[in-house]
This record gives sequence, C-alpha cells and structure tokens, in this order.
Amino acid sequence: MRDIMKYIRPFFGYISVTLTIKFIASVAELLIPSLLAYIIDDVVPTGEASGVFIWGGVMALCAVTALLGNVIANRMAAKSAGGITEHIRHDLFSKITFLSSSQLDGFTVPSAVSRLTTDTYNLNQLFARMQRIGVRGPILLIGGIAVTLVMDPGLTLVMIATLPLIALLVYFVTVKSVPMYTKQQGILDSMVRVVQENITGARVIKALSKTEYERKRYDRVNNDLADMEQRVGSVMAVTNPGSTLILNIGLTLVVAVGAFRMDAGLTSPGVIIAFINYFTIILNAMLGVTRIFVMWSKGQASAKRIAQVLGAPEELTEQPGGGTEDESHIRFDNVSFSYEKAGDNLSHVSFSVGRGQTLGIIGATGSGKSTIVNLLMRFYDADTGRIFIGGRDIRTIPAKELRGKFGVVFQNDFLFADTIRENIRYFRDISESSLEEAARTAGAAEFIESVGGMDYRLSARGNNLSGGQKQRLLIARALAADPEILILDDASSALDYRTDACLRRELASRLEGTTKVIVAQRVSSLKGADLILVLEGGKTAGWGTHSQLMQSCPIYREIAESQMGTAGEVDFDE
Amino acid sequence: MSEERPSGRKKYLIGRLWKYLSRHGFLIAAAMLCMLSGNILALWGPKLSGSAIDAMGAGGGSVDFPRVFYYVGLMAAFYVASGILSYILSLLMIRLSRKVIYRMRKDVFDRLSVLPVGFFDKYQTGDIISVISYDIDTVNQSFSNDLLQVLQSAVIVVFSLVMMLTIAPVLVLVFAVTIPLSVVFTLFITKRVRPLFRKRSKKLGELNGFVEEMIGGQKTTKAYGREKEVVSRFDVKNREAVDAYNKAEYYGTLTGPSVNFINNISMVLVSVFGALTYLNGGIGLGDISSFVQYSRKFSGPINEVANIIGELQSAFAAAERVFRLIDELPEKPDAQTARVLNDIYGDVCAENVSFGYTPEKPVIRDFSMHAEKGSLVAIVGPTGAGKTTIVNLLMRFYDADSGSIRVDGKDIYNVTRSSLRGAYSMVLQDTWLFHGTIFDNIAYGKENATMEEVVRAAKAAKIHDYIVSLPEGYQTVLSDNGVNISKGQKQLLTIARAMMLDCRMLILDEATSNVDTRTEKQIQEAMRELMKDKTCFVIAHRLSTVQNADNILVIRGGRIEEQGKHDELIAKGGFYSKLYYAQFETY
Repeated sequence: MRDIMKYIRPFFGYISVTLTIKFIASVAELLIPSLLAYIIDDVVPTGEASGVFIWGGVMALCAVTALLGNVIANRMAAKSAGGITEHIRHDLFSKITFLSSSQLDGFTVPSAVSRLTTDTYNLNQLFARMQRIGVRGPILLIGGIAVTLVMDPGLTLVMIATLPLIALLVYFVTVKSVPMYTKQQGILDSMVRVVQENITGARVIKALSKTEYERKRYDRVNNDLADMEQRVGSVMAVTNPGSTLILNIGLTLVVAVGAFRMDAGLTSPGVIIAFINYFTIILNAMLGVTRIFVMWSKGQASAKRIAQVLGAPEELTEQPGGGTEDESHIRFDNVSFSYEKAGDNLSHVSFSVGRGQTLGIIGATGSGKSTIVNLLMRFYDADTGRIFIGGRDIRTIPAKELRGKFGVVFQNDFLFADTIRENIRYFRDISESSLEEAARTAGAAEFIESVGGMDYRLSARGNNLSGGQKQRLLIARALAADPEILILDDASSALDYRTDACLRRELASRLEGTTKVIVAQRVSSLKGADLILVLEGGKTAGWGTHSQLMQSCPIYREIAESQMGTAGEVDFDE
Repeated sequence: MSEERPSGRKKYLIGRLWKYLSRHGFLIAAAMLCMLSGNILALWGPKLSGSAIDAMGAGGGSVDFPRVFYYVGLMAAFYVASGILSYILSLLMIRLSRKVIYRMRKDVFDRLSVLPVGFFDKYQTGDIISVISYDIDTVNQSFSNDLLQVLQSAVIVVFSLVMMLTIAPVLVLVFAVTIPLSVVFTLFITKRVRPLFRKRSKKLGELNGFVEEMIGGQKTTKAYGREKEVVSRFDVKNREAVDAYNKAEYYGTLTGPSVNFINNISMVLVSVFGALTYLNGGIGLGDISSFVQYSRKFSGPINEVANIIGELQSAFAAAERVFRLIDELPEKPDAQTARVLNDIYGDVCAENVSFGYTPEKPVIRDFSMHAEKGSLVAIVGPTGAGKTTIVNLLMRFYDADSGSIRVDGKDIYNVTRSSLRGAYSMVLQDTWLFHGTIFDNIAYGKENATMEEVVRAAKAAKIHDYIVSLPEGYQTVLSDNGVNISKGQKQLLTIARAMMLDCRMLILDEATSNVDTRTEKQIQEAMRELMKDKTCFVIAHRLSTVQNADNILVIRGGRIEEQGKHDELIAKGGFYSKLYYAQFETY
C-alpha cells in the first residue's frame, strides 16, 4: 500500500473536503434518534404541540443535511477514486510497456494484463468505498457508542459487550473461507482449461469420437467445483444469521437490563426507545466496518501486485562508450546467452555481415535462431561476448536510436483491432505514400484492395484475415519506415512458394541498401542470401553461401535435399 | 427476441430459468417455509420489545417485572428460532444454487460438445468461456440471492404494514407520503442509471481489450520504439473509462443516501405525529417505539428493490447469453437410416461437390476426385484456396451443399458420423494436446492402450528419447507453464497419437509444418509406416512431401485446376509447375 500512497497524496486536499462533508452528514444522521428521544422525553411532557413541530423540523433539517452531504461526498469520492485509478493505470501501463522482455517473461503476459485490469479495478472500488463507508461506518460506530454512553452508560456497556462477538464471528468465517476461496479459484481454473481444450481441440475430439469421454472429464470438474462452492457458501452463510442473532440477543438484553434501571429510576422510556434505534445504527456500522476490513485486505493484495510491477528496476540501460570504424554492419563477437541462466541457448556465436548484404539463418526448432534476433535488437543482453552495429557496441546505443534502425517481423507477431493503415503504420509518423509503397513491396496491395482498402478494420489479432494475408501486412509494417536493417523471423512460413518467391524478388530489387536478416526453415527462402548461418543446438554448424554450404556443411545439405527432393537443384535449377 | 418486445423477452427468460428451479420443488418449498417463518418470528421482535417497554410503566419502581421478563423471554426465543431458520434457509438456497449452476454448466458444455466445428471457428474462445464461467455465475447469484431478497422484502413489507396498522392506523398515513416518494425516486434513478452503467461496462471492456492486445504485442511496440505513442493511445481509453465511471457513479451514488433520507423522513413524520397522537392520549410510548422500528423495516425493502432491479437487469442479459449458446444448432443428427460404416476397404470418391461456409461465398465448386484404396492423394495450392475445407468435408465437420462423397461406395451422409470419423486417423497443423500426462495424450484415441503400444508409437515418431529424458518420463504432465516443450515436439506427440490408431484412411494436414526438416527426415520412415496400406490425403506446402503422390490435386480458387502425377503435371507446365519452380528461385 505504501507505494500506492503517492498516488493518493495529490488528492489529499480534495479527499479531506470529502471526508469533512461526510463527517457533517454522518453527525446529522446520528442526531436524528437523539432528537426523537428528546421529543418523547422532554417535549411531549410539556404538552405543547408547537415544540413537537419545532423539533420535528430540526429532525427534518438533519435528514436533509445528511442527504445532501452524503450525495455530494459520494460524488466527490467517486471522482477522486477515478482520478487516482487513472494515474495508477497510466503509470502501470507505461511501466509494462517499457519493461524489458525478460522482466515481462517473469511476470507473464496474462498476469500483467490481469494486474492492469482486475487489480486496478479492485483499487478503484476500494478508494471509492473507503471514502463512502470508511468514514461513515466508524463515525456512526464511535458516535453511536458515544451518544449512548452519555444517554445511559449502563445500557451501553450491555450493547458493547455484543460487538466483540460479532467481530470474532466475522474473523473466524474469514479465516476459514479465504483458503477455501483460493482452492475454489484453482478448481475454476481447471474447469476453464477443460472447456478451452474442448474448444481448441474440437476437430480432434470429434475425429476420435471422444465426446463422451470429454463430457465425463468435464462432469468431474463441474462436480468438484459445485461441491467446493457449496462448502464455501455454507461457511459464509453463518455470517449473516449469526451476527443478526448476536445483535438481537444484545437488544433483548438491553430491554431486560433497561427494565431494572427503569425500576431504579436510572433511565426513562424515551431513552430505551432511542437506544433501540441506536442499536440498529451501531449494528449496521459494525457490519460495515467488518466489510471494510475484507475490502482492505482484498485491495491490499491488488496493491501489492501492482507495486511489484511499478517497482521493477530499469533494465538494459545504456552504457557509455564510443564506436570505432568498422566495415561490417552487424557483428557478433563470441556471443553466448541463456534465457534461464542455465544451459546456453546460444554459445560462442561469431559472425559479421556487411551493409546491404542479406544474412540467412537456418536451423532446427530450438537451435537459437530467434535468440539471435532477440539479442541483436537488445531485448536481452548477451551473457558474454559483444554485439556491434556499425562498429558500436549495441549497449552504448540509446534504445530509441537502436530500435529505430530496425524493421522487423517476429515469429507470431501481432496485429490489432484497428484499420489496416494503422496496423502498417503502427503509431509512427509515416506518409500515406510510403505505407502504400510498403504494402506493394510486401505483396499486400492486392488483397488490401479486395477487402476495401486501407480503412478496412481488422478484428482482434487480425482474425478476419488468412495466415498469409496477416504475414504480408506484418512485412509491410516492417518495411514502411525504410529501415536500416530488416529482420524477418520466419515471416513467410504461411506464404506459398510462389508468393514467397515474389516477395524475395521485391525485397532484392527495392531494398538494396538495407541489410536483411532472414530467419527461415525453408532453404528456398535463403538460397539467394549472401551469407547463411546454420545453427545447431545454439552453436554455429555452418557459415557461408548456399553453394559453399552444400559442399561443406552436411546438416545444411541434408536440409536442402530433404526439402527439394534428392534430385534437387541439379535437375531443376536452371 | 426483438428489441421492441422487451417484456415478452423477459417473460420468456423467466420461464426458462424457472425450469431449472422447478426441478427442485421440494427444496424450494422448504426454503419458502423457512423464509416465511423465520421472517415472521424476527418481525415479531419490535412488537414484543414495545410491549416490554409498556410493561415498564413510567419507571421508578412501577416496573411489572414478570410481564417484562415474559416479553423479553419471548423476544430471545423468537430471535434464536429465527436465526436458526434463516441459517437453514441459507443452506437450502446454497444447495439449490449448487444444483442449478451444475445443471446449467452441464447443459452449456453438452451443447458445446455437439456443436459443429464451424461454431468454434467463428467465435472466440474467451467469449465462450466467459459464458460458462462468468455469465452462469451472474445468473445463479442473482436468482438465488435476489429472488430470495424480493420475496423476503415482500414478507417484511406486508407484515410490517399489518403490524403498523394494528398499532396505530393513523400513523400509517405517513407512508402515504413516503411511498410515492420512493416509487418516483426509484423510477427516476433506474431510468437514468441503467444506460450509464451499460456504457461504463462497455468502456471498461474496451480498455481491457486494448490492454490485452498491446501487452501481448509489447515486443513489437518496443521494436519500433513506439512505447510513448501506445501509452498515449492508452490514456485516451483510460480517460474514457474513468469518465464513464464518474458519470455512472454520479447517479449511482444517489441511491444509498436517498434510501436513508426516506427512512429518516418517515421517522421524523412518525415522531411528530406519534408525539401528537400521544398528547391526545391515542397511543402508548411502547407503541411509538414498535412503530418506529416497523417503519424502518417497512421503508428499507422498498428501496432495496430498486437496487435488485438493476442487478436483475444484468442477470437477464447474462441469461440471454447462456441460452443463446444452449440454443445453438447442433450438428444435424445422423439420418434415421444411417448405418455403421464397418469393414472399411478404403476407397474414397467425391462427385460434383460444392460448398461454402456462407451461402453467398462458395469455397469449393464442383469438386470431383477418386482415391483408390492405399493411394496417396496430395492436395496443394495457394493459401486460402480451400485445401483444409476438403478435409472438413471428408470428415463431415461440415456437410457439402451439393454433390456426394462416398466411402467404399456408401454415401457418407448415410452412415453414422462416429463410424465415419473413426475410419480416419488425422494429424493436423495445429497441435492439440491437453492437460494430462504424455501417456494419456498419446493414448488418447485408443481405449485401454498399453504402455508397450504407447512406447512403440513414440519410438516410431522419434519422440521416445525426449520423453524418457524428462524426469517423469511418460508420466510428465503437460501444462501451459510446466515442461518446456517446443512446437515441433508437440507435433511429434500428435503424430505418435495418430500412430496408435488402426485406420484405413489417413489425413495429414500440414502435419509436419512445425517440425524442422531434419527431424522430418528422421521420422520419414515412421510416416511411411503410418501411411502404409492406407488411403492418404496429404496437404502440404513443401512440395518435396507430395512428389511421390499417386494423384496431386492442385486447388486454386475452390476448383481443381489440375490433377495428376508429379511428372505429368511438371510436363504439362501449368500452375503446379509454376509453384514447383518457385521454390528454387534465387530472388
């Protein structure tokens, strides 16, 4: 909570005003039963009807004050709660946006999303409600007890005696139910998983006629979940009848004890009547205060999750150091790296590529192809070894400048719900003609035309496009800003050979000055590259041109032959 | 269910929901009984405390202790009994809601399991899941709590009114003022608030959607250095969400204070008129006490109903989504005359088949082919040409609009779906594995599979060595965040799964697209074994895989552009040869 305080601080003044108004309103509300007692005990015996009207009017005034005060304060509370949440959300979102890749890996994307959505929402609710009942509850509770103490200390003690019982009851129910809730959440997760699996695997399940089996599997979790819900519910169900009972017993005791005190002439009927009314107010306040505790603990869990992200240290900062002249454009110098810092994902890789050249990277799944891209763009820092661009160690290049050099399509890159134009532009300042040019080069112009132009809206993740169309848009995005280095990480896997070949032709002719890094599984996509890096288990297994590798690298030859048929190029390459 | 007839729609929904409840008539009757008796006992309390106060007289030695204790004793007894009854009531309601929610979740899932695969292509997984978890929960919460609350309120209102009438009929006139006041207020507030809250949820939903998308694409944003721009986009959505929140709260927060205000005003009026009546000797002090307590109880529920109406609104919306899912049309049931397809030989034939996912957009037009037993049919063509659609038709994931498909000369629309699908084994591009052990995943298609069979399949798929290298071996549980298993390895597991089956026909839809070429080569032997003696349909990008096919179907724009053997098609110099040569192009 401490980290969250700094968001509340700017609103201190505003909140103080809110709380003051709330205080006045609560006091006005608190006065009403006392006034009732006053009318019955002091005004009525005088027998003057006018006195009744005057004090009745005062009561009405209190009621109006309470109404206005509460409405104004509630609105102010909502406003400041909204404002605080807006700031927290802003900071949290921008923090997440700027997190390094390994940090985001650590939090995981779903968790980051739920911190931004569910947790900030919880805080919002907490801030608003705390101001609404957080003041009113305690004031009514303390004020109610104070007023009753003045009226009749003896009876008040009877009443106060029941309060700890209620607190105890709520405490035990909470202690018992919280771990049960956690467990219930876990079972719910399993149920959701079964449903998810059944949706994504609909074809396989139907093909294997496993529908009945899946129904049984689902029925098990459904039953488990329903059982758990019932158990949690049964525990929680004690709270309401339990606390109402305790309260009502207290009320009964007040009447009984009141009888003795009346008999001794220590109290009056009006007091007992007012007392019974206060009792209800105090009870409700008590229940409200316990609810605040529950809300507070829930809010605290959320605040902690948010603070974790906000407090993440800044990684991958820029280091001082100049550059040396270097004829190569990209150079890896004995680079090793491991994501989990156990078992290298890339070990001792060195290579260099000249400006305007094309580098092809090929290798089996998990051989480290994408890792090279991640390191080159400095999503992660190499554990050992150095990486240079234009002779400068990339750690000395400011992030903005470094990333500005690239146009990239990642494996599983993403499109979002917006127009095609915005998806290609990606929030950059790029002219319409450059966008169109990029779309043409990427071979996307034709289908963009057919769906209705650049203003066509994509659905979430671009689901209204085919796999090949998506990849072409992504390539257009990478090309749009005329990058110094173009990286395509398995970016043409959904394209058929013909489209892929067209694309390669376009890239070669239109982007002569751009250094291209192409990661692919197909030899045909890389054949024309100036240099090809063959990776195997994170190590360099081959380095050279296609024809050199066909001679020198058995792994490469094996890949090439399996893809192009044993007859291979001799027969068809003309 | 058109917009113009909301009352008809609501009635319909209530009717359907009632069906879920009415199965448990006994539980409901018991709950009603508890509710009625519990509430009436509790409501007797103020009357009793009033009598006790009256028995105290004017104080100072005039207290009639036996009478006071008689009433106090009754109060305690009534409160204890009512407390127990209301706890029993809660337990009954929990039991009831457990049954209803279980049933509803089951109904939704049962429907999901018979829906055509097309349904899952159309709707987002997240949407469906939110129906089965969130929406059903909302409906259940609302109907077990709110319904009870409404009934309880009704009991309280009626009883309090009766009590007040017996105590002091004149004072009841006070409510001639406050009730219309609450009704008008309630109408005003619900009308104002409902659209505002709807907008609030919508804006919050938009914000969440944006967050999900952009955090998922964080790497891309970083790659282009667009963090600031994305954040400023976010700020706009954030602002909108907060504004909508404030607007909704502006009216929403009126409710609480207004409820209290109306209560307080009733109290003022009751005090004033009560005091006046007392002065005229028409009423006792104890009566005023009871009356004030009843009046508090009386005005409370009336306003609460306003809140509940709001909640019911969202419950109805949720129920509508649940029922819409339950009402989705299932796969057409097998024809009455459908026979079980057995003793399969493996001869597949399609004639003049046409099909479109939507009627106005045909995907396959006038498609014919014949695959003899044990032959290898390859399907090639550009993305979006309709290759996967052919698989969908062969396995009857979709039914053709016209034309016929026959297996061994039997029309597939005249055999049971399960026997037709059982005749094929299938490896798809998207590798579907479920949360369970590796053993379970491989053995999925075959009941009572033994360890030896599973190991044999895994060895053939060249995944055995990897599996035994895991600490738990075949008992390793596959989960989202557990073992680090690559896409290629997943694919090999699905190939192993297909190897467990003994079918006459095999479909490989880009089955090795996630396997790198070296591994592919290593499992070629196994694939050949898998394909032996089977009629095979192979969809592939890599033309090397299809060169040995007995028949290559070249699909383009939903039609078969060419068909024939590799050499024939190359010699013909048509579309296939263009596709083929494209892979050897160097720029």
